[in-house]
Amino acid sequence: MIKNYLLIVLFNLLAIAARGQDELLKMAEAADSTFTGKVSGTFKATRLVNGHSVETNGNGSLLFLISHRFGTLNSGAYEFFGLDQATIRLGLEYGITDNLNIGAGRSSLEKTYDGFLKYKLLQQQTGQGLAMPVTLTLFTSAAIRSLRWPPEETSFDFKHRLTYTHQLLFARKFTERFSLQLSPTLVHRNLVETSSDENNVYAIGTSGRFKLTKRTSFNAEYYYLLSEATRNNFRNALSLGFDIETGGHVFQLIFTNAQGMVEKFFIPQNTGYWSDGDIYFGFNISRTFDLKGAEKSQ
Amino acid sequence: MKSITILLLISLLCLAEAMQAQDRYFTKTGHIGFFSEAPLENIEAHNQQVVSILDLKTGELVFSVPMKQFQFRKSLMQTHFNENYVESDKYPKASFKGKVTNIQDVDLKREAVYKVNVKGVLTIHGQHKAIDTVGTLEVKGLQLLGKSKFSVTPQEFGITIPRLVRNNIAKTIAITVDMIYVPFTGKSL
Repeated sequence: MIKNYLLIVLFNLLAIAARGQDELLKMAEAADSTFTGKVSGTFKATRLVNGHSVETNGNGSLLFLISHRFGTLNSGAYEFFGLDQATIRLGLEYGITDNLNIGAGRSSLEKTYDGFLKYKLLQQQTGQGLAMPVTLTLFTSAAIRSLRWPPEETSFDFKHRLTYTHQLLFARKFTERFSLQLSPTLVHRNLVETSSDENNVYAIGTSGRFKLTKRTSFNAEYYYLLSEATRNNFRNALSLGFDIETGGHVFQLIFTNAQGMVEKFFIPQNTGYWSDGDIYFGFNISRTFDLKGAEKSQ
Repeated sequence: MKSITILLLISLLCLAEAMQAQDRYFTKTGHIGFFSEAPLENIEAHNQQVVSILDLKTGELVFSVPMKQFQFRKSLMQTHFNENYVESDKYPKASFKGKVTNIQDVDLKREAVYKVNVKGVLTIHGQHKAIDTVGTLEVKGLQLLGKSKFSVTPQEFGITIPRLVRNNIAKTIAITVDMIYVPFTGKSL
C-alpha cells in the first residue's frame, strides 16, 4: 500500500516537472497578441485584373506598372491571333503614406492621360469582439483624352476631354487563400458620342482571388453595368488573371474582353463578347522601387 | 476509502504547487529583432510584442512570438515576410520552450549581470529545432533584464527561398533577444 502511495506521489511530481514548460508556454501563448492586428496581403497587386484592388503602395514606394493588351484572339492567323496589335499603358504610382497613393498613366488608346488618388480608409483587422471586417479604399481618377478632334469639330473645349471615375473598393480576406472585393463605381463622362449615351454610368465590380501557391494566384473580375441604356449597348467586362510574384515584381497574365486599361474604357465602353472570341490577351508587369532608401535604419 | 482521500489530497497539493506563481517573472512587451546582411539590401525587423515567462526556481523559460508583429521598414517586405516566407496565417506564432540550465547562479539579492546558458526547442514555421545558446540575466532593482544573441538559417525551419531572390537574402539571420522581466503576481498574464 505504501509502495503505491510513493509511486503515485512520484508520478505527480514527474508530471509537474514535465508540465512546467508546457504550462508556461500555454500561459504565454494565451497572452500574446497573435489574434489582433491588421490583415495584410488581401491581394498581391494594386490591380486585380483591369480594375484597382484595395491594396496601396507603402510609404515611399514607387510602383512602375506596364500594362499591355494584344488584339483579340478571334482576329485569326493573319493577325497572329491578335499578337500583331497592341495597346499599352505606362503608369507610375507612389505611396505618400502607407494609405494614401497618387498615380498617373498614359494609355495609347485614344492617347489618354490619367491621374488618380487612392486612399485606404479602413483596414481589415482580426481580434476578439469588434474587429473591422473589411478593408475600404476610396478611389478617384480623371482621364484626359488627348486625341486631336477631327478638323470639322470646332465647338469642343478642354472639359469635353475629361472623364471621371469614383469607386468604393470593399474587400475582405476570408482565408489565407481567398479574398473578395466589391467595387461600386460611377463613371462620369463630360462628353458622350451620341445623345442616347449616358453621362453618368453606374456599375458594380465583383472580383476575387484564389491563391494557388505562396507566390501565384488566380484572379477574376466582373464589372456589371447598372445603367440600363449603357448595358444594352455595351458589354459587361469579364477578366481573368493569373498573378506570379517574384520579390518586388508582380506579373499578371490576363484574358479579358476589354481593350482599355483605365476605368473609362473597360467599364462603360466595352464592345467585345467572350462568346465570339473578342478576348484580349495581355499582361501587367509591376516593379516596386523604394525611394525612401536606406536613410532610416534602426 | 481513506487512502483515496489521502491520494487526492496529495494530488491537489502537487497541483497547487505547480500553479504557484511566485518565483516567476514575465514580460508582454519583450523585444526580438532580426537582421541579415545581403548584397542587395539588409533585412531588419523588430517585434515589441513578445510574451515571455521565466521561472527562477526551475529555470524554465518560454517565449511566444506573434509573427505578424514583426515591423519592417518597407511595408512590401513585411507583406512578403508574412505571406511568402514564414506564412503567418498558417503559423501565427513562433515559440521557445526550454530552460536556463544554471539558474541557481542568479542571485536576486545581488545586482549584477549573470551569464546564463539556455537550452531548449525553438519552433518557427511549424518546425522545431534544438537551441543551445548563452545569454545574460541582469538583476536590476525589481526587474530582470534578459539578453541573448544567436543565429539561425531559414532552411532549418523549412523556409524556402526562390532561386531568383536567393542572393537578396542572407544565409544566416542574426536574432537579438531583449527582455525586461517583472515579477509575476496573480493568476494570468
